[in-house]
Amino acid sequence: MQESRAYFLNTMATDRIVGIDLGTTNSLVAFMQGDTPVVIPGDDGLNLLPSVVALDSNNHPVVGNAARSALIETPERAVYSIKRLMGRGTEDIQEELKLFPFRLADDMLAGEVLRIRLGDKTFTPPEISAFILRQLKRSAERFFGGPVTKAVITVPAYFNDAQRQATKDAGRIAGLEVLRLVNEPTAASLAYGLDQKQNGIVAVYDLGGGTFDISILKLHDGIFEVIATNGDTHLGGDDIDNLLITIALDDIRGDMNLDLRRNAEAVQAIRKAVIEAKILLSSESSIKLDIELPGGQRYRREITREQYETLIQPVIDRTVGPCKQAMKDAGLKPEQIDEVVLVGGSTRIPKVRALVKELFHREPHTGLNPDEVVALGAAVQANILAGGSEATENMLLLDVTPLSLGIEVAGGVTDKIILRNSTIPASATQHYTTQIDGQTNVAIHVLQGERELATDCRSLARFDLKGIPPMAAGIPRVEVKFLIDANGILHVSAREQRSGKEAEIQVQPSYGLTDEQVEGMILDSFDNAEEDFRKRQLIEARSETETILAALEKGKKSPAWGALTTDEKKQIARLEKSLAAVNAEQDYQAIRKAIDALNQGTMRLAELMMDTAVSTALKGKNMDDTDLGEGPTAPHPMAKAEFE
Amino acid sequence: MTTKPILTEIGAKPLPQETHSCWSCGDMRAAHFCHSCGKVQPPVPVDYFSFFGLPPRLNVDVAALEKDFYVLSRKLHPDLNAGTGSNEQEWSLEQSSMLNDAYRTLKDPIKRTQYLLHLEGVELEEQSKNATEQARATGELKKQIVPPDLLEEVFELNMHLEELRMNKKIGDDDPALFEEIGKAKLSLEAKHEALLHELRTYWASWDGLIDSGATEERVAVRNKMVDILNRRNYIRNLLRDVNEAVERS
Repeated sequence: MQESRAYFLNTMATDRIVGIDLGTTNSLVAFMQGDTPVVIPGDDGLNLLPSVVALDSNNHPVVGNAARSALIETPERAVYSIKRLMGRGTEDIQEELKLFPFRLADDMLAGEVLRIRLGDKTFTPPEISAFILRQLKRSAERFFGGPVTKAVITVPAYFNDAQRQATKDAGRIAGLEVLRLVNEPTAASLAYGLDQKQNGIVAVYDLGGGTFDISILKLHDGIFEVIATNGDTHLGGDDIDNLLITIALDDIRGDMNLDLRRNAEAVQAIRKAVIEAKILLSSESSIKLDIELPGGQRYRREITREQYETLIQPVIDRTVGPCKQAMKDAGLKPEQIDEVVLVGGSTRIPKVRALVKELFHREPHTGLNPDEVVALGAAVQANILAGGSEATENMLLLDVTPLSLGIEVAGGVTDKIILRNSTIPASATQHYTTQIDGQTNVAIHVLQGERELATDCRSLARFDLKGIPPMAAGIPRVEVKFLIDANGILHVSAREQRSGKEAEIQVQPSYGLTDEQVEGMILDSFDNAEEDFRKRQLIEARSETETILAALEKGKKSPAWGALTTDEKKQIARLEKSLAAVNAEQDYQAIRKAIDALNQGTMRLAELMMDTAVSTALKGKNMDDTDLGEGPTAPHPMAKAEFE
Repeated sequence: MTTKPILTEIGAKPLPQETHSCWSCGDMRAAHFCHSCGKVQPPVPVDYFSFFGLPPRLNVDVAALEKDFYVLSRKLHPDLNAGTGSNEQEWSLEQSSMLNDAYRTLKDPIKRTQYLLHLEGVELEEQSKNATEQARATGELKKQIVPPDLLEEVFELNMHLEELRMNKKIGDDDPALFEEIGKAKLSLEAKHEALLHELRTYWASWDGLIDSGATEERVAVRNKMVDILNRRNYIRNLLRDVNEAVERS
């Protein structure tokens, strides 16, 4: 164990940039190891971290599988699919609120940034996403045995500016410098391209838990050029789940006269069951639901694959429009596309694969794990940015902006200044002047979307150009430059040309946090970090206590025990009692000391046990060779000391 | 367009590449990056043709342009200049946005022609800002002059569309009407396509005249191209209106 950790510390470059897939349903962190991207598992040994956050009884955040249990047991203290709320405002999440158990803060004001309730605390969506990111950060730090502060994070290609900014904010709150946001289908294509090394036109069909993206790329000697992209940010596996939940609830209401729609625990239990059923229906021709309801009754129902497919057809059909539009924008027919790559857990559904085959006139490429491919691609991009390995030295991503950028002009119409599918970075310059004598401000309303009317597009931000030198109306010439950077985020700068003065720009993001707000949130998490760290040490120390005490119990039953002297046995008994005593308290350093003492005291017992064949049976799970650093776990107490 | 063109006179040759020393290694500076040490240089406002080191000709080898685009992308893209100082990061952001804007404009035949005309100081009807502002202020459709050879066709089409709207009001459905409109659409689409071909025939004339300095002839060719583009834009807008009307019915 110790040897493998040392290996990693020596071979790691000083710049450890990780790739993160912050998904609606699951999140992952990955890293380029030599020429291959690999996923870094969590402390439970699993690659996927469920994007579920809950508050424990001490109001500390719990993330992942532990939080999933909380969803059913204490649903008002837990939240899932938070990605659906990132970068959005109260007005446009009304549909979401009907379909998902998000609880808004009671004191929400109009136009305020969204806050949702967990227990009696409230958090913004970026803060909740930051808990998930922090968990991934910790897994990576455990893997490397050192700090991780830089990351590449993926976003749906169809995410707008506000949603991207919210993701960046989440990274910052979690203590990560987000070097690049990468579009998920593009990241997947990187993983694919690295794997296949072929030139050609590739379509990436990405149906995740909450979002759908279709991107068409040209792969050419290491250049990954996106030609067109389209999608739907409210479409994914969640929608299938909701259909099944609705059926179950209706059934229960009809057959059993029980209206469980407001019973949060019941709904979550049903949700868990239908998700399991959905997964099984990808390989079975029928499944049986069997759910225990409050009151002890059981809801039983058989669902055949035909019924399931009929039910979900409308959801899947919603992916057709964006695919056709993307091909149209790219000026390509299906025959001209060489490969279709599937991304996202929902693409395991046979009906989805059949639809893809019909749309693109070919069997999709299924060689990559649809759950992990995005994270792996993010790791590749991280490597490109770090100037990393030989494998990526010829690779370059040329992505596009998915939505047209426009300015609201007289008549409530949108004037498009940067068209969708323009390669980024991209820019446009507009000139403005004043209407009134002496006017020193000009207001600009920036929008994203394809529609004609400003009200049908998405408001990005309002900019106030201030500090224009007072002149007669129509004389000032303010040049405003709009620049979409490589992350797909907008930057605005302005200059009054006659005076050459830089105009001051005040940004009111329509749905986001200001810099000050984000700063405030970062500080908050640092305040807790000390405490969180201590708590974590305590938990780990206690878990080691349990391990060593259990091993000692086994040791007492082994033949080796009989070979010990009475004094030795007394000594061990004393140390064992000491340990049990400090373990109940809060001082993790005292616990560690007691563990070490007991280790020492049982060394001869361990040697004796080694001599007998029984010792191998005592090797616990921790000793399994997982070829990763284990982090600060103690070696098995009953084994011979291996380290210095 | 995004940058002020340096070419202001008709037929002026592009400025020779400025040579300064590379801020990093002292070697001669190329337009965008140092040929010697590879470092990104501060962006200089040039027109799109000069950006690619091309003369302002309408016939462009698009394959070669694409190759250049990839080569320049590898040098200028922020991703590949990520570990550098903040000045270079800013420069590479600006350079690559200019590169992308220039490539996008030059690789498309219509955009390229429009851009060149813009450099010549010519504005197409559709792009006339005054007309646009006025139309928006009054809420009326912008008045575009109907190309004379299309008058009859446009008149008939407008009648059909009016009939379509009436039918919708009274809930009537007339398949023959749809067929008529469909035919008119095909005819217009064919004309739209044909105009692009016509435009290309003038490119050779234009390119030939740049160096010869024959102002009158050049202006004549230029006006012809403007006329073709105006007609093409008119048809495109008309087709859009037809599609919208049909969809709504």
